[in-house]
Amino acid sequence: MASFDVIIVGGGPAGYVCAIRSAQLGLTAAVVEKEKLGGVCVNIGCIPTKALLHSAYIANLLREAKDFGVDAASVKTDYGVAMKRSRRVSDQNSKGVEFLMKKHKITVVKGSGVLQPGKKVKVGGDVYEAKKAVVVASGSRVKGIPQIGLEINKTTVISSDEALLLEQAPPSLIVVGAGAVGMEFADIFNAFGVPITLIEALPRILPLEDAEASDTLAKSYKKRGIEVIAGAKVAKATAGKDKVVLDVEAGGERKQVAAAAVLMAAGRAVNTENLGLKECGIQLTERGFIKIDQRLQTTAPGYYAIGDVAGPPMLAHKGFREGVVVAELLAGQQPHPIKYDNVPSVTYCHPEVASIGLTEEQCKEQKRDYVAGRFPFSANGRARGTGETEGFVKILRDKQYGEILGAHIVGAHASEMIHELAVARENEYTVEEVDLAIHAHPTMSEAIDEASLDSLGRVLHL
Amino acid sequence: MATKVVMEALSPTMEEGRLVKWIKHAGDAVKTGETLAEVETDKAVMELVARADGQLLQIAAAEGSTVPVGNVVAYIGAPGEKIDASAAAPQPSAVSRQPSVNPPPSAGPQPSAVSRQPVPVAAPIESGRVRASPLARRIAKDSGVDLRLLTGSGPGGRVVKKDLEEAVARPATAAMPTVQRSVPLPTPHVTTVPYEDVPLTQIRKTIAKRLSASLGPIPHFFLTTEVDMERAAEARAALNAQLGDRGKIGFNDIILQAVALALAKHRACNAWFQDDHIRYWNDVHLGMAVAVEDGLITPVIRNADLKSLTQIGAEARELAQRARARRLKPEEYTGATFSVSNLGMYDIDQFTAVINPPEAGIVAIGTITERPVVVGGQVAPRKRLRLTMSCDHRVIDGATGATFLQTLRQMLENPLAMLL
Repeated sequence: MASFDVIIVGGGPAGYVCAIRSAQLGLTAAVVEKEKLGGVCVNIGCIPTKALLHSAYIANLLREAKDFGVDAASVKTDYGVAMKRSRRVSDQNSKGVEFLMKKHKITVVKGSGVLQPGKKVKVGGDVYEAKKAVVVASGSRVKGIPQIGLEINKTTVISSDEALLLEQAPPSLIVVGAGAVGMEFADIFNAFGVPITLIEALPRILPLEDAEASDTLAKSYKKRGIEVIAGAKVAKATAGKDKVVLDVEAGGERKQVAAAAVLMAAGRAVNTENLGLKECGIQLTERGFIKIDQRLQTTAPGYYAIGDVAGPPMLAHKGFREGVVVAELLAGQQPHPIKYDNVPSVTYCHPEVASIGLTEEQCKEQKRDYVAGRFPFSANGRARGTGETEGFVKILRDKQYGEILGAHIVGAHASEMIHELAVARENEYTVEEVDLAIHAHPTMSEAIDEASLDSLGRVLHL
Repeated sequence: MATKVVMEALSPTMEEGRLVKWIKHAGDAVKTGETLAEVETDKAVMELVARADGQLLQIAAAEGSTVPVGNVVAYIGAPGEKIDASAAAPQPSAVSRQPSVNPPPSAGPQPSAVSRQPVPVAAPIESGRVRASPLARRIAKDSGVDLRLLTGSGPGGRVVKKDLEEAVARPATAAMPTVQRSVPLPTPHVTTVPYEDVPLTQIRKTIAKRLSASLGPIPHFFLTTEVDMERAAEARAALNAQLGDRGKIGFNDIILQAVALALAKHRACNAWFQDDHIRYWNDVHLGMAVAVEDGLITPVIRNADLKSLTQIGAEARELAQRARARRLKPEEYTGATFSVSNLGMYDIDQFTAVINPPEAGIVAIGTITERPVVVGGQVAPRKRLRLTMSCDHRVIDGATGATFLQTLRQMLENPLAMLL
């Protein structure tokens, strides 16, 4: 029986990073993966969608190019070509993970891992033994909403898995769910000329973001011709061969929405089935995640859980960090505890939405004594230059001590800019330390400095 | 404009003072010359008096905190007066280091300007920079917590918001130990806590500094006493007769047990000097110097005060044997709270042993020899033993060491006293 210090079930972001960090710390590691290394993120999630979103960005940019003195003639789009490029990018990344496994002498076992008592993992007919720990990083998957007749049939009712592999854009599309996934696909297909209806059950799109972010995006999407229906209940769905009709209730009205396909972008299920969890004494939470303690250990000693399966937020970068922390714990180190309230959240639609910490609504709910500092990109020189004036930076400052309670950026490159505030919050800098750091001019990041100043009543360029 | 109340040099050598107690509180009316607070200097507890009339607007240094001379501890002004930024700015040096954060007084309500100063109220003098997040510094300043007294949970021991919140939630004595704690009394072995950390009082700090400067890193001094071992010898003979083949008790074993039991009664000698505090051990872990081929090593008898004479004897022999065979594990020769060194077998009458830091004392045991002694007006030959205790003066004062030796001597001269 082959044995390793650490056996990781799942080769997604949490799992493969846990393996790399384990190897760095001198532990022998094996990763069990039934599909391609890199998991959802690399193959059917973060990475290919970013490739497609860039195609969408280029299409929209070229449509406006004439205003910039560049005539790109008529813009033609081909989703199939964009899709194939996105596949190449995914494959590149997956191969990159394979290379990293080889570089760190990590054993990759192909197949479905099933946990067994005694820190063992069965893959096919082989059983592997872990000397230190078994780490469950089995991830999550898309799920439809069969209760309302929207079971994924992979033709007219599809998930992101299918959308990412379409040879051509559908003639028309309803996107159900306006979280990150729904927002991004609405953005992509809109740029490829598809009439889009975006439906969200909660009262606003991007329901987990600050309300101002939701409002800005709702306006921007409507301007681009995307029909946005928030606070909508899908009463009934009829999926035909080449058409789907939804009965939607919103704002006290009932109407029918029809399209060639529906993209289900709401809800994910964690992969906890057929893993042998119960047999090993690993319990689940009420919401179906694997129950873990502060050290990420499950209810069975010697078995850990990381990534999506271990609980929200279901984000690759949260999984990365959990993978690192578990490896360090297993190597006898004392890693810094993960601050789950300081995980940035990013939606890569146009304009991008990035946030960290509390929303203004949460500040109110928690009765925080706060001041909101704002700065719109319409007043930022760099943004004017590039024509990307949509959006703003908003910083929620604790009135007494200046703590940055939350930060919200809507705008081009928001995903890149949020980290200044992540570093600030992680190190407990107040808005004043953020301001004391000199920001280069002209940059969009200056808006962060200005929003900090605005929260102190000292904004300069407004 | 509000008047700053600063920590005054209340003695010629005073560099910092510890705020023992605020006599006046925020909101109290004060007159020039009235006592505002009690301050412990390097010499004594003195009074800090008001240098202005008005209302004590704000206290900027909490009870128990140590403040360098010249730093602001409070503000006096007209009732309801706002403390403006320039009055609130602490030291000129701090201001010059932060030129960008000194807005004009007219800049409206500026509580942030006050709290933006990264220099905490109780700025560190000798211990270097305090590692704390900017947010933690602000909360500390506002709540009067001395950051130096906190253990940081952030990267590299950095004090973060969470540590402050926990410290503020704790009772004041825990977060901000005050001088009243002073030197603990000898306490019997009743607690399950292995030790207690007591911050150095100003006078202890001065003793530490002065004596270190005069005599190497550890300011040693020595106390010698001669012990009559007649009754110990009788007790030993009786015990050995009773034990028969089941073992043998040596003089060294009796001395080790007596030292352990005496330490349990004199916690003031069972201590570690730890730079900014003294750790008074409740446990007695007795180090025992053993000569080995190319040097010496000090294996440790753990909880020696709780062990029987035969246990101590067996353990001492076993440890010594393994020490000579170089078979000791690190945990077996570290962590002693006090040590003994015995050169009796080399016929040394008396000697001084060097302290094994961070311990504060060591007893050097000479040979037991018959000496002419006056007993009841007659010169008689008696078995005598000379004990010399080396003391770290930063922890143990002359009288402290002497009373410990007195107890030890009584126990050896009357072994039944060990049962007390």
